[in-house]
Amino acid sequence: MIGGLFIYNHKGEVLISRVYRDDIGRNAVDAFRVNVIHARQQVRSPVTNIARTSFFHVKRSNIWLAAVTKQNVNAAMVFEFLYKMCDVMTAYFSKISEENIKNNFVLIYELLDEILDFGYPQNSESGALKTFITQQGIKSQHHSKDEQSQITSQVTGQIGWRREGIKYRRNELFLDVLESVNLLMSPQGQVLSAHVSGRVVMKSYLSGMPECKFGMNDKIVIDKQQGKGATSDDSAKSGKQSIAIDDCTFHQCVRLSKFDSERSISFIPPDGDYELMRYRTTKDIILPFRVIPLVREVGRTKLEVKVVIKSNFKASLLAQKIEVRIPTPLNTSGVQVICMKGKAKYKASDNAIVWKIKRMAGMKESQISAEIELLPTNEKKKWTRPPISMNFEVPFAPSGLKVRYLKVFESKLNYSDHDVIKWVRYIGRSGIYETRC
Amino acid sequence: MTDSKYFTTTKKGEIFELKAELNSDKKEKKKEAVKKVIASMTVGKDVSALFPDVVNCMQTDNLELKKLVYLYLMNYAKSQPDMAIMAVNTFVKDCEDPNPLIRALAVRTMGCIRVDKITEYLCEPLRKCLKDEDPYVRKTAAVCVAKLHDINAQLVEDQGFLDTLKDLISDSNPMVVANAVAALSEIAESHPNSNLLDLNPQSINKLLTALNECTEWGQIFILDCLANYTPRDDRESQSICERVTPRLSHANSAVVLSAVKVLMKFMEMLPKDLDYYGTLLKKLAPPLVTLLSAEPELQYVALRNINLIVQKRPEILKHEMKVFFVKYNDPIYVKLEKLDIMIRLASQANIAQVLAELKEYATEVDVDFVRKAVRAIGRCAIKVEQSAERCVSTLLDLIQTKVNYVVQEAIVVIKDIFRKYPNKYESVIATLCENLDSLDEPEARAAMIWIVGEYAERIDNADELLESFLEGFHDESTQVQLQLLTAIVKLFLKKPTETQELVQQVLSLATQDSDNPDLRDRGYIYWRLLSTDPVAAKEVVLAEKPLISEETDLIEPTLLEELICHIGTLASVYHKPPSAFVEGSRGVQHKRIPIRSGSGESSESQDTGGAPGATEAPAAVIPSQGDLLGDLLNLDLTPPTSTAGAPPGPPMPMGGMDLLGGGLDSLLGGDIGGSPSMGSGFGAPAAVMPSSLNAPVGGGLGDLFDLGGGVGMPMGTFVPPKTLWLPAMKGKGLEIMGTFARRAGVIQMEMTLTNKAMSVMTDFAIQFNRNSFGLAPAGPLQVPTPLSPNQTIDVSLPLNNGGPVMKMEPLNNLQVAVKNNIDVFYFSCQYPISMLFVEDGKMDRQVFLATWKDIPNENEAQFQINDCHLNSDAASNKLQGSNVFTIAKRTVEGQDMLYQSMKLTNGICVLTELRVQTGSPTYTVSLKCRAAEVSQCVFQCYEAALKN
Repeated sequence: MIGGLFIYNHKGEVLISRVYRDDIGRNAVDAFRVNVIHARQQVRSPVTNIARTSFFHVKRSNIWLAAVTKQNVNAAMVFEFLYKMCDVMTAYFSKISEENIKNNFVLIYELLDEILDFGYPQNSESGALKTFITQQGIKSQHHSKDEQSQITSQVTGQIGWRREGIKYRRNELFLDVLESVNLLMSPQGQVLSAHVSGRVVMKSYLSGMPECKFGMNDKIVIDKQQGKGATSDDSAKSGKQSIAIDDCTFHQCVRLSKFDSERSISFIPPDGDYELMRYRTTKDIILPFRVIPLVREVGRTKLEVKVVIKSNFKASLLAQKIEVRIPTPLNTSGVQVICMKGKAKYKASDNAIVWKIKRMAGMKESQISAEIELLPTNEKKKWTRPPISMNFEVPFAPSGLKVRYLKVFESKLNYSDHDVIKWVRYIGRSGIYETRC
Repeated sequence: MTDSKYFTTTKKGEIFELKAELNSDKKEKKKEAVKKVIASMTVGKDVSALFPDVVNCMQTDNLELKKLVYLYLMNYAKSQPDMAIMAVNTFVKDCEDPNPLIRALAVRTMGCIRVDKITEYLCEPLRKCLKDEDPYVRKTAAVCVAKLHDINAQLVEDQGFLDTLKDLISDSNPMVVANAVAALSEIAESHPNSNLLDLNPQSINKLLTALNECTEWGQIFILDCLANYTPRDDRESQSICERVTPRLSHANSAVVLSAVKVLMKFMEMLPKDLDYYGTLLKKLAPPLVTLLSAEPELQYVALRNINLIVQKRPEILKHEMKVFFVKYNDPIYVKLEKLDIMIRLASQANIAQVLAELKEYATEVDVDFVRKAVRAIGRCAIKVEQSAERCVSTLLDLIQTKVNYVVQEAIVVIKDIFRKYPNKYESVIATLCENLDSLDEPEARAAMIWIVGEYAERIDNADELLESFLEGFHDESTQVQLQLLTAIVKLFLKKPTETQELVQQVLSLATQDSDNPDLRDRGYIYWRLLSTDPVAAKEVVLAEKPLISEETDLIEPTLLEELICHIGTLASVYHKPPSAFVEGSRGVQHKRIPIRSGSGESSESQDTGGAPGATEAPAAVIPSQGDLLGDLLNLDLTPPTSTAGAPPGPPMPMGGMDLLGGGLDSLLGGDIGGSPSMGSGFGAPAAVMPSSLNAPVGGGLGDLFDLGGGVGMPMGTFVPPKTLWLPAMKGKGLEIMGTFARRAGVIQMEMTLTNKAMSVMTDFAIQFNRNSFGLAPAGPLQVPTPLSPNQTIDVSLPLNNGGPVMKMEPLNNLQVAVKNNIDVFYFSCQYPISMLFVEDGKMDRQVFLATWKDIPNENEAQFQINDCHLNSDAASNKLQGSNVFTIAKRTVEGQDMLYQSMKLTNGICVLTELRVQTGSPTYTVSLKCRAAEVSQCVFQCYEAALKN
């Protein structure tokens, strides 16, 4: 199991050091600093073995988090724990920075004591932790006996993510379908790989211990219902709309065995913000934009670049925050750009032309052309032509996912599914959306 | 006011000041002081001098302050054991506190104070806490047992904590169950033979129930524990798999990977024709792909594991090539791993896409990545024959870029392509030669020199090229020196007239001026070969090389199996068994995938899967004699037997012979003196050696041929004793006892015929029914007739395998008809299958590895041989007598693993792994063969040969 956990600043000074196992000594702190943080070469692996001691590290801005062990631990678990640790810290003091860590070091030690016992991760849901570990000193001495046992039963309980007795005057649910569409396209316009990774993010303000059921146009579910003798009208209509989900993962509140057997998504939601599910699709993806690059090398000191982008969705919808990055060679000396729409600028520090368009409707086309002057170099190595990348945001789900229903049942309290106000929103963003040129 | 100020106290006399503040009356001031102390402790300052003052602050109602003091205690108690006792009372008192959070805090902290005296006081509170009414306290106490065990294992046993901990597995609270499982698993690791976890269907059922309810971390503990269980039969295995599969949809990647581990392991036990087996295979792919959208560090862990899974079960991800395409922004460690998997998944179906990608990668920035991409192109060429041409042209394009490291890497892989497809792409040699000057890495230089030597006859200025390398001979690395030596000898054998001077130069450089024994030895061997028998030299040095195998970097099967059992853990990230990086005995148990067994037979498989032994020696790659030998003669992978034992090849044209002989005489005669006759074979190398060189070379050469030996040599072939085939009662007075033997490569049916009748017998003849291997008499039965009453004769009937074939049951059954003047008699007998093992059944190591992997797992059979007291070498020798050849031997954790191959007369190859545990009379034979039917027979002959 995890033998120790260290947090360093970018200089390698240790900010937090908590040792859980006897086999980890103080020298481990220095070993990591010397061999990884101060290493001359770029880090080649997130797992480093130094003198039979293994170090796992992740970096958040310029803060290093390192877990140390001398045993054959579950490596995936260690990384998941480090991410979780970051989530918890973010939940407590937002940004993970040297300043914030120093300001909250007592709190961090307290958290580390709670969520990692003898190197075994324990309940690390920030919602539960916040009930008894607070920045304003410990509340617990003011807790009544009932409250205390409520805390412990929540921390250890089956529903560790929600406490009893929550009350809202207005029961409200916000559901966001956030998708990031990833594309790698060849210069000829052939799709080399494309997938959507999506998340269903919820904000729930519901009283009591409500039971929720979430339904979407999952092909397997729709097909099953059709099999049960839905009318032909229905099946023709829904058949088109259903989507094939390659794989999905759920928040721990979702009953996985029920999903496995019936493919229904039922859960008791945490209070407030959480991510209900993640999914991935690869079939029938709507690619919101197509990039058509044209690069011509005119002699040794000049490049001509022309890029056309086409929006490929309903004309009534508007895409936002469109940004196209056209990489330029390192020896660029000057760039002239002409674009019909938006603003384009050559950013020498990024080695790229950045073209920004605020809004663009569907079924439109826009174009940029640039002349790039190059300094003559005697370097033999050819310019590698990194791909043209794109960023955007569209108000629909490129995977085609639709929310069919989200039902709320709370038998003990007197509100029904109809009384809950529900908000659904779809946002499609670019993930790694690249076209080679 | 923020806490960061505590990090900036660097004044002198600080300790003194702190002391005063700690003893202050004001609570706030005290707390501030403790915070300062903790901050100093964090940055590595020694504040142990403040121990009594800090401990004094312990008795407080302020929980925050208390926790800080505890933190201090955990750090320094060990250095001040006597003073730590001062804290005991507070702990004991806190364990009785009405607030469960405080009770848990006390028991948690107490376990972290590693002072013997304190542990004594810990026992009572711990016992109470283990039975506390609050689950939060119980789950903390469960972990505390593991802590205490780490300090004083005996105490934990004496106090009966282990039993209490076992009871907690049935606790109503899932988190308590999970922590108890984690603690027990850890304790069990240091008692490899205790049945501490006592996994049985009932407790497994409890764990599976808790699995649905506990936290993500608890699920990991439980799944990792489940993976150590060996189900009784395939039905139990399936039902566990069914209950574990839902975990594949968990958001936590570690839960998913641990579930994959359980499934990969238990799948082994399911019959392959089961529908569920196919369903399960299909279910595994999507979650593995999803892992690739996790954060990069987790992607790296996932990719290292997928690398193993793809080697074990390529079918799972064969259609998922695209997800392993490298993204521009991937961290380098992710890129390199993806590349590895791409090559493993490359097939004819997707090769075009893969190549286009690889070409793209070869223009990237990161040097390591580019090199690997270029290498990958070469590996694709070797793996997918249809793509070879495209790969070669891609490589040539890359050479044209003149980027130094790209060119060098390309040359190294082109050498391999030549080895795989001889006489196909040699037209590119000219292009390669153009780049000769730019090569500065040993591997690339060596590859280029190899190419020049190998194709010397096609390169006009080969001698000049090689000579140019020779100038700086002593500055070259060993690899290049060895290659240069061989290349020049090859050149000389191909173009003897112009290159005598060159070869003499290189031989003297290698033998006289070098202090590298490998180089000297190789030099001497060549020298000797050239001087004694140039024809033989040609046979050896210019021997036809076997084609290189497709996959060269596979993980050896036993290690792969072990790593599969460690999916998700560090071992799977390092691709090393835990013993290679974990100190001591903890956590380094040898794990194995359970053997498949039907519902009926169960008990036998459990001891192999369940109880592992402690280990010491880290596993290494098979040290193969074949390799060493090949390296010596620069045949790379050729087992030298074919040339060494064979009679001298086709006679040289007289002119050529003269030329060589004369050349050699004048060239080498002076140096060696009275060089003996040319053309004498290899029969007795030592005898023809001049005395001056005898010592260093003779031994080496002798060894050399010993290693390759075994061709046609009469060895102690195992012959089973004769058994009664035809009793006199049935044979109307004719009794036949018989057995089978293999002598000098011929199968003999040896029979003793006794006439127990009253009359003479004449006119003997024999005939076989059709049989599995087409055995038939090679000649008539030679019985000197008449056979008078009470006379006994021994006859030996040579057999061949040219007869008609029909599958028999059992496989080695032979139905025989013997006729004489009285009647025709029928009987059947069984021949040991080892009679059919041919003498050239020794497989090359690489071929063995590739074949082993290639043969589907369902063809693997495992047997145990009991009561066998040979050591592995003796066993190997015995088996060698039956033409079972040991290809490699490996010792892991006191176990010798012998990798053996044999070939049947009809060309079927059988591969085995024989595991011999030192000191244990039980051998385990794992056997793989495309024709799985022979397994049982082969096993019988193993048993017979070893016990004989």
